[in-house]
Amino acid sequence: MLVPGSGSALRSVSVDLNNDASLVIDIPDALCERDMVKFTVHTKTTLSSFQKPDFSVPRQHEDFIWLHDTLVETEEYAGLIIPPAPPKPDFESPREKMHKLGEGEASMTKEEYAKMKQELEAEYLAVFKKTVQVHEVFLQRLSSHPVLSKDRNFQIFLEYDQDLSVRRKNAKEMFGGFFKNMVKSADEVLISGIKEVDDFFEQEKTFLLDYFSKIKDSTAKAEKMTRSHKSRRGFLSKNANLGSVCELKNQKFEFLLEKLSDLFEKLRKVEGRVASDQELKLTELLRYYMRDIQAAKDLLYRRARALANYENSNKALDKARLKSRDIPQAEEHQQQCLQKFDRLSESAKKELTSFKGRRVMAFKKNLVEMAELEIKHAKVSLTAHPIKHTV
Amino acid sequence: MASSSERSPPPFPESEDPEVLEAAVPDRDSDEDEADDPFLSASNTPLTRKDTPAAPASPDDSLVTSSQSEHRSASRSSEDFMDVLNISAKAALEDPADDFVDILRGGASAQRGEDDAPAEGGAADPPAAFTAPVMELRDGWSASSTQKPLVSEKIPDPLVELLGEASTVTDEATKPSGEVVDLFDDEGSNIFTGAVPAEPADIFTEEDDTMSDTRKHSVKNNGVHSAENTDIIAEATVELSLDSPRNERKKKPTPTPSLPAAASLTKPECSALEEVEEEEEDRCDISVSVTDPEKIGDGMTAYMAYKVSTETLLPMFRNKTFTVRRRFSDFLGLYEKLSDKHGPSGLIVPPPPEKSILGMTKVKVGKEDSSSADFQERRRGALERYLQRVVNHPLLLQDPDVREFLEKDELPRAVSTQALSGAGFLKMLNRATDAVSKMTIKMNESDVWFEEKLQEVESADQQFRKLHTMAESLVVHRKELSLNTAGFAKSAAMLGSAEDNTALSRALSQLAEVEDKIEQLHQDQAANDTFGFSELIADYIRLLGAVRGTFDQRMKAWQRWQDAQAMLQKKRETEAKLLWANKPDKLQLAKEEITEWEAKVTQYERDFERVSATVRKEVLRFQKEKTKNFKRQIMVYLESLLQSQQQMIKYWEAFLPEAKAIA
Repeated sequence: MLVPGSGSALRSVSVDLNNDASLVIDIPDALCERDMVKFTVHTKTTLSSFQKPDFSVPRQHEDFIWLHDTLVETEEYAGLIIPPAPPKPDFESPREKMHKLGEGEASMTKEEYAKMKQELEAEYLAVFKKTVQVHEVFLQRLSSHPVLSKDRNFQIFLEYDQDLSVRRKNAKEMFGGFFKNMVKSADEVLISGIKEVDDFFEQEKTFLLDYFSKIKDSTAKAEKMTRSHKSRRGFLSKNANLGSVCELKNQKFEFLLEKLSDLFEKLRKVEGRVASDQELKLTELLRYYMRDIQAAKDLLYRRARALANYENSNKALDKARLKSRDIPQAEEHQQQCLQKFDRLSESAKKELTSFKGRRVMAFKKNLVEMAELEIKHAKVSLTAHPIKHTV
Repeated sequence: MASSSERSPPPFPESEDPEVLEAAVPDRDSDEDEADDPFLSASNTPLTRKDTPAAPASPDDSLVTSSQSEHRSASRSSEDFMDVLNISAKAALEDPADDFVDILRGGASAQRGEDDAPAEGGAADPPAAFTAPVMELRDGWSASSTQKPLVSEKIPDPLVELLGEASTVTDEATKPSGEVVDLFDDEGSNIFTGAVPAEPADIFTEEDDTMSDTRKHSVKNNGVHSAENTDIIAEATVELSLDSPRNERKKKPTPTPSLPAAASLTKPECSALEEVEEEEEDRCDISVSVTDPEKIGDGMTAYMAYKVSTETLLPMFRNKTFTVRRRFSDFLGLYEKLSDKHGPSGLIVPPPPEKSILGMTKVKVGKEDSSSADFQERRRGALERYLQRVVNHPLLLQDPDVREFLEKDELPRAVSTQALSGAGFLKMLNRATDAVSKMTIKMNESDVWFEEKLQEVESADQQFRKLHTMAESLVVHRKELSLNTAGFAKSAAMLGSAEDNTALSRALSQLAEVEDKIEQLHQDQAANDTFGFSELIADYIRLLGAVRGTFDQRMKAWQRWQDAQAMLQKKRETEAKLLWANKPDKLQLAKEEITEWEAKVTQYERDFERVSATVRKEVLRFQKEKTKNFKRQIMVYLESLLQSQQQMIKYWEAFLPEAKAIA
């Protein structure tokens, strides 16, 4: 399935990016083949590090994940907030519905079927667009970052016109990743005891932790809200169908019911739009920032780790001095750790500040848009009502 | 007018068309041909001349909606009828045809019944027949009515009584009687010039009049009809269709010999009154509200009591407003009484909400949670609508039990409504047998109309049921949504407090507030969905059940008739056998039995026709009411939807500047 121009209108819904014309990336279309989605990544650049000013490459979701992972693993970027990887495309629910629709084809009337199909396609398309968008946002954030945009892997990702065919993670690696996560969280707990040297980071840390739990909660709630909105829409659709089926004796009555079902149909559409807008503007925003904060937390973790390392190296130095053995090595190591920590702290500070600004802007933008859309939809549903004057 | 006991069951025989038809067929053949033509032209159905002007029940009923065509047909039929009247009057006088007499007798005695009715105090006071003309005096017809000395002589006594009663009646009330009067002045006098002298005396003889009497009655009776019709034309009201069946009804009860005279007298009265009612009903002169549900007692003996307030302009009530307290079982008891009384005759008795053991137990246990409050509100609304439907039904309003229910301070407790009582068990048993017999009766439907309607009702019932489930699920979803919105509002508030950017934090807490309000909105909307939409549909499901009940009643009547016919057939066979066996002693007995069964068959057949007619009329009325009512309710519901949307806009608009203020 082709999704044309998912870009411009929907771009940077969840993030506010610096507009840097030197490297512009978008995903003009994507192809959905069974389980995988092939994105066409289009790049326009004035940077000399690229061979051509304008090129497109096919990429899969796994390629994005690979890019993200390599960025995270790169030591140099430890002091940066690595943009969160896009979530895995999830076409399960519309596909399942599609399947059900196919099964129920016999039991439905033709127009019912057509309508259902149309609706499903719309839903599918919406999910698709959303998926494309989160991938696009990921790339855009990379490209707008002064350091990350220079990354070699990133450039390869953009430029290499063959299939990247990155190796999928095998079971061992998956387990390893899982194990690493475990170790990391355990480590997090361990090093959380270390006394913070910088107030800024102390504050940041508590804030982010707090914020994260809150936003997680909000996201869950918002998701729930949108879901019930959607199911309401589903109900209304049935209702509307029924009204039209309800053939009745009295002409006047029939007319009334017809009008009523019309109204329900309209309301259902509006309701659907409200639900999807709410999802897009609110839930997606919260979801995205949940992930972003996770990334920021990771950064803090890395910094804390560096701090811990530094302290350990201090201890090691002390020990070495005590034993008067290997002093220069220990000193060097301690120096390295200190340097690394300082570097990390510095860039983390910058990153976090910019993150804050970005977050506020994004919230503003989305909230304003959502309020406007809510008003718009409510007004639309008001205009749907004039039928009451005709009945 | 009448004391309540007399007022009881108005059996509502709408049309005796087929019955009369049978009787009339030979008559038409033998009698004057000229009379036939106008009839046929007046109405498409081949009825007797007596029936025609009074209006062919079916075509006219269907015409109710389009008044134009109705007028036309009304005027046509009445004009035609004039002719017929003249002719038939003469013919009847000159040519005492036996067949004709039968019909006439029916009509005549009915006429008598009607005349008696207003004069309720003077019971069977003969002159009562002419109270009507007197009433008309008040309408300014005095000049013409006094022209008839014969008539006016007998007027005085009943008049006094009638006026006494009638004075409370509104002007509307006098109109129908005025119609009756008309006939005597206008065409009536023409027709009766010959017949009148003998008439007064005859009219008031007992029902088993001689042939010559009845002939005269018939003349007079015809006069009545024409008068009413002309009047209608003059007023161009929609009354025709309502009037006509009533006229027939007046005639109807009397021909059945088994009916006690007293009953037959009261019935026409009711119908006359009802005429008044129906006119007034359109203006909603009575409104009943059920408020203030209150739990009385404790534990399992607790029950709910409601305040039933009535506001009315109807003269039949002593006060304009009155309030009584009724418990739930009283409502059920009223329904039981009404359906026992009127169900068999084919009336749609509006059903009350079902007893809900679960809901009630909750109330009894005294849980003050939202679901029991919801339950109470639902039930209260349902009861109110139920009562409103009852009083909006012109015939049911006349029922003494209804009045008692609305007016009397203390009601004897309705015992039979308890779910676990012996009576309840009996009822269940009855219902079960009903269901079985329903399945076993294979009725070959003679009337396509009924067949169609039954199908419609059944499919409508199904659809409504589906719709109801969906409406209920809508409510559930809406509630869920409101719950989730509340959850989100809370967490948004938390998020706002955690946020360190002041403006954003402010905006987030604002968002939380907005969501809070929206949650309230959703909750209200859920309530609206329940009471405005879902309950409305539930009501109609119940009502459709009642409609189906009337169809069943009709089927039962039919079954009775068929059984009687089969019985008669058997008796005849026995007679034939006896005849063959030459047993004169037993033959006599058999013959008697045959006559007895013949009478029964006729009666049952009539019953069936009557029930059919009633059902037909009731179904039409139901449809009309339904559309009207449904529309009104939907309007209210949509209004509420609209309002909530507007509210939503307000909330978001208030939020917008906050969001924009984020720096």
